[in-house]
Formats: sequence, structure tokens, C-alpha cells
Amino acid sequence: MPEKFDAIVVGAGPAGTACAYELAKAGVKVLLLERGEYPGSKNVMGGVLYRQMMEDIIPDFHKEAPIERPIVEQRFMMMDKTSAVTFSYKGMEWAQEPYNNFTVLRAKFDQWFAQKAVELGTLLICETVALECIVQNGKVVGVSTDRPDGDLYADVVVLADGVNSLLAKSLGFHKEFRPDEVALATMEILKLDKKIIEDRFNLEEGQGCTIELFGDATKGILGTGFLYTNKDTLSLGVGTLLSGLIKHKIKPYELLEYVKNHPMIRPYVQGAEPQEYLAHLIPEGGYRSMPKVAGDGVLVVGDAAQLVNAIHREGSNLAMTSGRLAAETIIAARERGDYSEQALDAYRQKLMDSFVGQDMKKYKDATHHFDKFPQYFEQYIPMMNRAASKMLTVDGTPKREKQKQIWREIGPAKEKFKIARDVYRAWKVMK
Amino acid sequence: MLHIVACIKQVPDTKIIKMNPKTNTMDRSSAPAILNPYDSHAVEEAVRLRARYGGVVSVLTMGPPPAVKAIKKCIEIGADDGYMITDRAFAGADTLATSYALTKAIEKIAAIRPIDLIICGKMTIDGDTGQVGPGIARRLDIPPLTSVKKVAEVNKEEGYVIVHRKLEDGYEVIRSTLPCLFSVEKEINEVPYSSMPNVLRAARYQPHIWSVNDLPDIDRTQLGLKGSPTIVSSVWAPAKPQGGTMLEGPPPQQVQQLLDVVLQRKELFESRGGAS
Repeated sequence: MPEKFDAIVVGAGPAGTACAYELAKAGVKVLLLERGEYPGSKNVMGGVLYRQMMEDIIPDFHKEAPIERPIVEQRFMMMDKTSAVTFSYKGMEWAQEPYNNFTVLRAKFDQWFAQKAVELGTLLICETVALECIVQNGKVVGVSTDRPDGDLYADVVVLADGVNSLLAKSLGFHKEFRPDEVALATMEILKLDKKIIEDRFNLEEGQGCTIELFGDATKGILGTGFLYTNKDTLSLGVGTLLSGLIKHKIKPYELLEYVKNHPMIRPYVQGAEPQEYLAHLIPEGGYRSMPKVAGDGVLVVGDAAQLVNAIHREGSNLAMTSGRLAAETIIAARERGDYSEQALDAYRQKLMDSFVGQDMKKYKDATHHFDKFPQYFEQYIPMMNRAASKMLTVDGTPKREKQKQIWREIGPAKEKFKIARDVYRAWKVMK
Repeated sequence: MLHIVACIKQVPDTKIIKMNPKTNTMDRSSAPAILNPYDSHAVEEAVRLRARYGGVVSVLTMGPPPAVKAIKKCIEIGADDGYMITDRAFAGADTLATSYALTKAIEKIAAIRPIDLIICGKMTIDGDTGQVGPGIARRLDIPPLTSVKKVAEVNKEEGYVIVHRKLEDGYEVIRSTLPCLFSVEKEINEVPYSSMPNVLRAARYQPHIWSVNDLPDIDRTQLGLKGSPTIVSSVWAPAKPQGGTMLEGPPPQQVQQLLDVVLQRKELFESRGGAS
């Protein structure tokens, strides 16, 4: 007779591990399955971890966890081919407790986080692939795995198996994603001396900086690039919708090479040695692409539930919160011995009431909007660069004349009206 | 019912390890620690013999505390029990001191349950010596059967084993008394993907851990660095072979070029001793 668990969590990323951690803490007999050699070995993100949602699970985690640098400055670069307009905020309130966010390397961080769950009693099994949910009488009662005698049973199964959740798909919770619902991000980890990083990014010892790259970083394709500072490495990456890559016939690694050699980026990464190359899909379909998140004996969390806020490059924090809320729901369901869809639907309600659901709804049209109207990235960012260059170049032209020239260059009245309309539209989808 | 002890070691994965170019030593932090691949075949063979004849499979290792992970891997393969000896006193041991410490641990295991057979891997991938297995056999005064590629029979009642030993030009069939020690070749078996019940058991398993004080009648001067007569005076990387000619052009032309070389430089293809 195969052993039965209270809960099986599939996938040891931030969502799955948060869920397993909370369950184990409450004394629930939980099994955490991971297909990689160790948690984090197959997990990828740009590298920003938000403090608050992690502290909701492990208070003061940063004193112990393998974090890279607390972020004191966030820059936003609007790039053209040989120029950039940069906005930035730097604040010393971020350089001290409670901190805002940190850079992390997932291979290290996820391992640590999973170890914390194991210490509370989670049984962690790696190098095992969950093949499908075992369904009896319409209820999920376990998962089958690729190991001999691999069937595992539980009262409830939590699907935290990531962006292309095969398990949720096999249950019919979502269809195959369209290329405009997922982004492909590629990144490199570049080794560079600590001191050089701090000098190049204008940082005090131990502090960190993030730079988000828009416009020419992705050759105008909808997406963003990023350059983050770790302890003694930099994370440089680009992510674009799959549909954009297909349309422009660009290979993801070509885009990464392009941004690495971009005159606005090259000085930051010069002399740094590539250490790792990573690539991953990001669910960016937003609220409208979310699958069903609760069924009979089953919950869906994290990337598997498409919980990513692409506009604010947030994902791991949404994942952790969803994992925590799933655990709360399971603990309540366990007390009543009721794991029906009706009982577990409390998770969906909690999720939608939290910042996760609120933000997913707020930006529900954002990705689609910018995908549908490529002019923001293709035209307006270069226009902004030309305007800045003209205005700030001192060549004896009177300033009023410069303003007129900039205004004329935008084009005829029709074009100006179009821009005004686009600005209004962008405000509408983001408000 | 056999009691088989497999001796195993956790090693850095030398397939991906980096060498420190200055000291020519391995940078152990650059590679993950794994179960020595030859040892996984030793454990698998022990598990297969248990399936054939019944009995118990124990594994034994000497190493730092993280080596528990290697024991867990053996439990996944199907071992019943794991023993680990770990102590600062064992650190820096060469093969002489290692075989002494392991022998002392084997004697203690044998006091719990008499041992019929010890199986070691052919060698470790970080040391490449293959000396520890025979060293243990010598100390226990039992026959060492090295390069075992097949176990034909184990007969505990009549006290013998029949194995095939790999030779350079074939194999030999050997009959030996029991108890004895095998060191096994990779080709002896294939280690399958572990079953879920074994994996669950391994995740929960805690091995027996002994320090030097737990081993009776131990002579501390034979342990660790003190007990190791081996001195590594220097390490260097072999010079990279120079030259070589790349054949280019369309395939028929390359074949012609190759034929020319073969015909002109017959000495390259002459037998250099060995079997004729």
C-alpha cells in the first residue's frame, strides 16, 4: 500500500516552498517534489527578491539567507541605439532595515529556503518528475512520477510546477499558452570584482543597484532588459514576448549579445567574465490568462497560476504569497476534513483579495496593450532620446527655437493627436 | 542470508571540477559532491546479491559530515543500513590510513552482525588508486578479488564464491573462499533509477555515525595525516600534446590523405607488445 501524505507540493520554487514551509510549520505531513538535482537548480529569475512577502513567511530572513545585495538605487533606462534617457531613484532608507528588496541568485536562495522547510519536517524529494495528477471520481488524489512504484497519494495536491504547468494543463485548467502570453528571458551571470562593481555602479560597500532597460535593449520588441548587481557578479538579461521574437525573427541569445555590446551597457560589464547562461519562460499573460486555481483536491500557485506582474517585474513575491495563502486554505480544510473544490475555493478568494489579485486585475490589459501598439517602444522612446539630445546640446541655437524644432519633428498635427491618444490609453491600462 | 558491506566514498564530481592553475590541485569547491560512480555499482551489486540470496546490505563511509548525502544515495539504490565514521582525527588520510580506519569500522559492524562479503568500487575518481579495497582485505586477512565484472555464485553454506575477473584480453573465472572482498568494475551492472519507496526511505534515513572514540582498540598513530606515509612532493599538469594535422577538403580527398599517412607511417600501427 503506497504511503499517503496530507499534502503533496509539486515544485520547489518560491511558491511551492513557501506552501510546504507553512504546511510543515502547522504540522501537516507534506511532501515537496522537485525535478531538479536540488531546489533552485532549474529556477531562474532576474534576481530581485522583495523583502515583505518573504518576511511574511520567515521574519528577518535576510540575516541568514544567502542574499547578494540590498538595493539602494533603481534606475530606468529608456534606450535608443547610441543614447539613453535615464530615470533613477536612490534612497538611503533602502540601505538600512527594514530594506525594500535584495538581489539573490536563485540556485543558492531556493536551496536555502527549501532547507528551512525541510527543517520543519517537509519531506523533500529531488530528481523526480511529476507526470500527471491521479484523479479518482473527479477528485485529485495524488500524482504519478517517473520513478518505479512512483505513485504518491495525498488529500490535496498543490501545483507549483512553474510557468508551463503540465499538471494544470492535464487537468484542463488551462490551454496551451499562446506566444503572446509568455515571455522568454535569457540572462548571463558575469563575474566581476566586488570593488569594481561598487565603483561602476556608484555604491557603498555591500549595497546594490538595479537597472531596468527599455527600448533598444530589446530592439524595440515588447519586453525589457535588466542589469543587476550581485556580490561579485552581475546579472544581465533580456526578456521579450515569444510572439515578438517570432515576429522579428530574432534569436534570444542574439538579443542578449546585442544588449551586452550596447554602448550604454558595455562600460558596466566590460572585463566581466561569463559564468552562467540561463534561460526561462515567464508567464506574462496576466489576469486574463490565469487558469482555474482551485479544484477538487488541488490548488495552483505561483507561475503555474500565471502570477506575474510584468509591468513591475514582480513574480517571486506573488508566488510566495500565493503559496502561503494556499497553505492557509489547506490547514483550514484539514480541520474540517473537506478538500472539495468548494472548500478550497477559499484560496481563490484570498488570492483575489490580496495584493496579488488586485495587481493582476489592475494590469490585466497592460501587456496586451503594449503588444498591440508597438509604437511605445519602437517610436516614442527614440523620440524621447532625440528630444533630450537636442535640448541638452549647446550649439548656439536659442532654446525657444530648439523647442519648436522638437515639436516639428514629432510630425503633423495628426501624429501629435495620435501620441496624445496613446498617452491617454497607456494611462488608462495602467491606472 | 548474507551480510554484505559496501564501502563507499563521497567525491567531487571530477567531470566538471576545475583545477587551480597555480597549485595544480583540485578546486573542490568548484564541483558538487557525488557518490563515487564505481561505488554506486558496488552498492547495486550488493542489492542484487541480496535479491538472489537474501540478507542485509550495509554501507560504510569515512568522510566529513556532509558525506551523509552519499549514504542516502546508497539507501536510494536499496541499501538497508548506513554507517559513517567521521572525526578530525581521520582527516588527511592516505590509502594506508583510510584502509586502517575502515577496517576498524568493519570490525565494529561485524560485531553487530557477522559479515560475509565486502564490496568496493574499482577506485575513486578523485584518487584513482584502487588501493583501499585490497588494503582492507589484507588487514582483515581475507582474499581480495579485484576487477570483478560478474558474480556467478555465492554459496554461504559451503563457503565459496565464483566470480569473473576482468583481464586486459578477456576474463578469468575464480573461485574463492568466503568471507572475501570484491572490488568491482563499472560493467558489472547498471544502476537503475531508484524506486519511490527507496527514495522516500532515504529522505528520512539517518545513518549510524561513529567518531574515533566509538571504535574500540584503535591505534591513533595509524590514523589521518599522522598515519599516512604518502607524501605528495609536487603536482604538475602533463604537457599538452603538440601539433596534429587536420585533414580538410571533400571526404574522398580526406580519405586519400589518410591513406597516404597510413601507408607512409606504418610504425604508428604496429603492435606494441601485449597479446599477439
